[in-house]
Order: sequence, then C-alpha cells, then structure tokens
Amino acid sequence: MSVLLIAEHNNKELKSFTLNAVTAASQIDSDVHALVIGNECGDAAKAASELPLVKKVITVEATHYENFLAENFAPVILKLADNYSHLVCSANTFGKNLMPRIAAKLDTSQVSDIIKVESADTFVRPIYAGNAFATVKSTDAKKCITIRPTSFEPCESSGGSAPIETADAGEEFSLTKFIKREEIKSDRPELGTARIVVSGGRGMQSGDNFKLITSIADKLNAAIGASRAAVDAGYISNDHQVGQTGKVVVPDLYIAVGISGAIQHLAGMKESKIIVAINKDGEAPIFSVADYGLEADLFDALPQFLEELNKLNTIQK
Amino acid sequence: MKILVAVKRVIDYNVQIRVKDDGTGIVTDNVKMSTNPPDDNAIEEAVKIKESGKATEVVAVTVGEEKAQETVRKALAVGADRGIHVKADGIIEPLAVSKILKKIVDKEKPDLVFMGKQAIDDDCNQTGQMLSALLEWPQATFASKIDLEDKKLKVIREIDEGLETIEISTPAIVTCDLRLNEPRYASLPNIMKAKKKPIEQMNASDLGVDIAPKIQQIKVEEPPKRKAGIKVSSVAELVQKLKNEAKVI
Repeated sequence: MSVLLIAEHNNKELKSFTLNAVTAASQIDSDVHALVIGNECGDAAKAASELPLVKKVITVEATHYENFLAENFAPVILKLADNYSHLVCSANTFGKNLMPRIAAKLDTSQVSDIIKVESADTFVRPIYAGNAFATVKSTDAKKCITIRPTSFEPCESSGGSAPIETADAGEEFSLTKFIKREEIKSDRPELGTARIVVSGGRGMQSGDNFKLITSIADKLNAAIGASRAAVDAGYISNDHQVGQTGKVVVPDLYIAVGISGAIQHLAGMKESKIIVAINKDGEAPIFSVADYGLEADLFDALPQFLEELNKLNTIQK
Repeated sequence: MKILVAVKRVIDYNVQIRVKDDGTGIVTDNVKMSTNPPDDNAIEEAVKIKESGKATEVVAVTVGEEKAQETVRKALAVGADRGIHVKADGIIEPLAVSKILKKIVDKEKPDLVFMGKQAIDDDCNQTGQMLSALLEWPQATFASKIDLEDKKLKVIREIDEGLETIEISTPAIVTCDLRLNEPRYASLPNIMKAKKKPIEQMNASDLGVDIAPKIQQIKVEEPPKRKAGIKVSSVAELVQKLKNEAKVI
C-alpha cells in the first residue's frame, strides 16, 4: 500500500522540513503521495510534484484551509485515508497539532517523532527527552506517524514530474476561528536547519547582552538559539528555544554560551556534530557533551571570540 | 462553568533516567515521581479561572496505577475541588487515555478540558488532540495565553514560526505550554485540606474501554554516547581547533 505524506507549506512554498519527511516516507514505502491542502496553494503543489520521490500529488483547496487549522484538515485527510497504509507528516507544531486528530478517528495509536524507519511497521523514537531510544512496532492496520525532520536528509527537490490530482474540499469547522499569526521575520538561517547555531542561556543576564551572540552569529552566518531560562527571563522570543519543548536542532556546530545543560536543553541539541560550551562553571553538565569546552566568563570570551573570527580570512558559509 | 484537568504522574523532570539492562524499559523503582510539568500549568490555569469567578468547579483526573492518586492529591492541594482516579496498570497509550477521558467527559460534562501539551516520559504530544477528535470539539494546542469570554476562548498558541491566535467555542480542549503561567506551590495548610477533598476511584476496565497497547515496545536502549571532548584554555585555541581540527568554521 502507499504512504500519504501531508505536506507542510505556506500556500506558496513547501516548508523545508517537508523534504526530510518525504525521505522518511520513502523509506516506509516507495509509493509516496503528497497531499497539499491549502488556499490557492498551486505553487506548493507544483513544488511537491517536482520531488522525484513523490509519485502523485493531491491538492485540496478552499479558503478555510488558508490557515492550516487541524479541525478543517482532519476530515479531508480521513476521506482519503482508505487508500493508504501510512499517513505521515513532520513532527513540528503543524504535524503535532494535526496527526493525533486523524489517528484518533482511525482508532490508531500514533507513533510520534520517529528518528529511524526499521521497516514498514517498526520505528525508533526518542523518549524521556531523548535519554532513551525506543524501538516500537505498530500493530494497527493503518499507521499514523510523525517524523523528526532533523533525523532524515532532505530529498531531492527537482527533476520529478508527478501528476497532480484535485480532491474535493470538506466543510468548514465553524467552532474554531483563526485570528492572526505573528511570524518572527529574520534574515538569519532558520534555527531548525542552520549549519551553525549559537545559543545563549541564563548566563547572558539580559536581553541586551544577546548582542554579543548576535554579532558572532552574523559573522558565522548562524542561527540564534536559547535555553528555556533565557526565553522565560524575556531575553529573547520563544521561537528561539532549543530543547524538549522547543526545537530540535542538529547543526554541524552548536555553540552553547552561558547554558548549564539541563536534560531538557540537551534533548534539543545533543545530536549536533560538534558542540562547544563556553561557561564559567567548570562543573556545568554541558561540558559532558561538549567536544570543545572553554571555562571562561562569557563576557570576556565572546568579544575575544569575535576578534579571533575577524582575524580569519575564510569562514565557511 | 466546569473545568476538567487531566494530570499524569511521571518520573520527575530532574531525574537522569536509567535504561533497564534487559532493554525492556526505564528503571522506575525508587525513582522520584511528580506531576508532569505542563500539567501543573494546566491545573494552575484552571484554578486561576476559578479564582476570577469564571468557573465554578475544577475537577482533576488521572489515569494510572494506584500511586497516580498522588498527582490528583497535588492538584487538589493547589486548588482543584475534587478528583477522579481511573486505575490502570502498565503503559496506557494516549489513544486509550483519550478514550477513557471521553468517558469521563461524557459523565462530567465539563465546558473545558485542560491538560499539558505533552508528557515528559513518552513525549507523545497526542492525548489532547485525540480527545478533541473523539468529542468533535475545537482544540487549542500549545497554549501560552488564554482569554475566556462568555463561551469563547481566545488562545495564543506557540508555533514554530512564532505565535498564532485562534478563537474557539466551548466546550473545547486546551493543551498547555510551559509558558502559560507560573504554577504555584501548595501551602502546607492546603495540602492538609486537600486530604479531605474527595477522589472518586474507578477501574479503567469498568469503563468499557480497551486499553491494551497497540504499539509493541520491542526494546529500549540508551542513545549512542558522545565521545569525551576536551577543554581548551583560550579563545584563540578554541577558534584554531574549530578551524583546523573540526573544520566547521
């Protein structure tokens, strides 16, 4: 049977993690169909049809799909579900909000946030904030799965030409209304996909001091992350939070500044390729996962760090 | 207005968990347990709404083994009026919990159901959405701000891109983010008072819900260990290592 991938997009472009989800979907079964539900989302559907791993695209368009409300999406997906053995999407806030609503209606026990496909019914997923990996086998006839995007490579984004079909829209769910979305705009790379992430914690002491991190991030073309402590103290907005309840990042280089390294923070970054810790407390748990640790006051170290970076004439972008 | 709050007993968030040697799960014997952190936010919010005069009753419910009752007792100590403990042993999957909660909702007829956005043990992030689907109610997940006005709820949700505001009609399900509020501590007098508040007990099996797991746990193992790193003595050395050894800048 086939896999139905619920694509995440903004009505114009596919969200980048959809490409990672397609890779995971194709490891479950090669017959991957992409479902693009939205409002005037033809461009996103076309982009999905160009993914070589996608065999068919189904689009469903109506004005009430403009803002991706799960209550509107679920009935449409349930109507299509008969033809598929697996329903999958990314385990970000879009997929986490939507998929359980589908799974419950199908009487399926959802497998959340998988990091590995062992077979069509067996998957690996982190539990306890990533402190254990569970290999689980779904016994449901129809499987609902969300995918941790950073655990799968993005698929090829061009060269395909899958047919695009249209399916009928469902009715609007009148009890939920979208009011507004406040997206944080930034010229920096997206936190979830950045090659380098520089993160600050409680040790930054104020929002103003995050400037020290910003200037280094500018130099390295890095995204800026934060611990929950920094977000809660109001130093930086919550969409920067890395951890069990924030974003999971797997950059080539993660620089943790003034972050002690609580279990919940490590859950979001300990798969990073190289981890650097800058902390004045030599006993901080962050040093136990750091490849390079510098025990120093960040207010001395960060300006020096910037100076040293400025001395280098080549920095990989 | 009545608010039902679902709470779960989990291993305390500060505990460094240990995987059992035989790969069958996590060591839970003699490990500190407490209320799932975002469930504390859910209880706090419900109690605040009651204190503002907009709700008349807050009922705390949990599903789990005998000791899960402690979680309900704690909710009572911070202001819930009464508790319900649905007894069930072993791993109860979110789908089963949501079916049990639906039975409780059918009986209690709350106007709102609050719970945490995810439990920090199974990290599923499913139960609220599933309950909402089974009831055909609106859902507001990952809530960081709730404004309640006459049968309507304006909720700010935390999403990957930033924040989103939706308006839902009651009855509805809200799953709470850690940023929703600052949970209060239970005072000693309130802990004593909570001992007198009623907890209704029932067995999951008596509710006519099939709670048998549909996901087999084949094995649980520790994640691959990172190899030990080194400490550098200066910023210059750090930059040099990143440039020439790790080759990441």
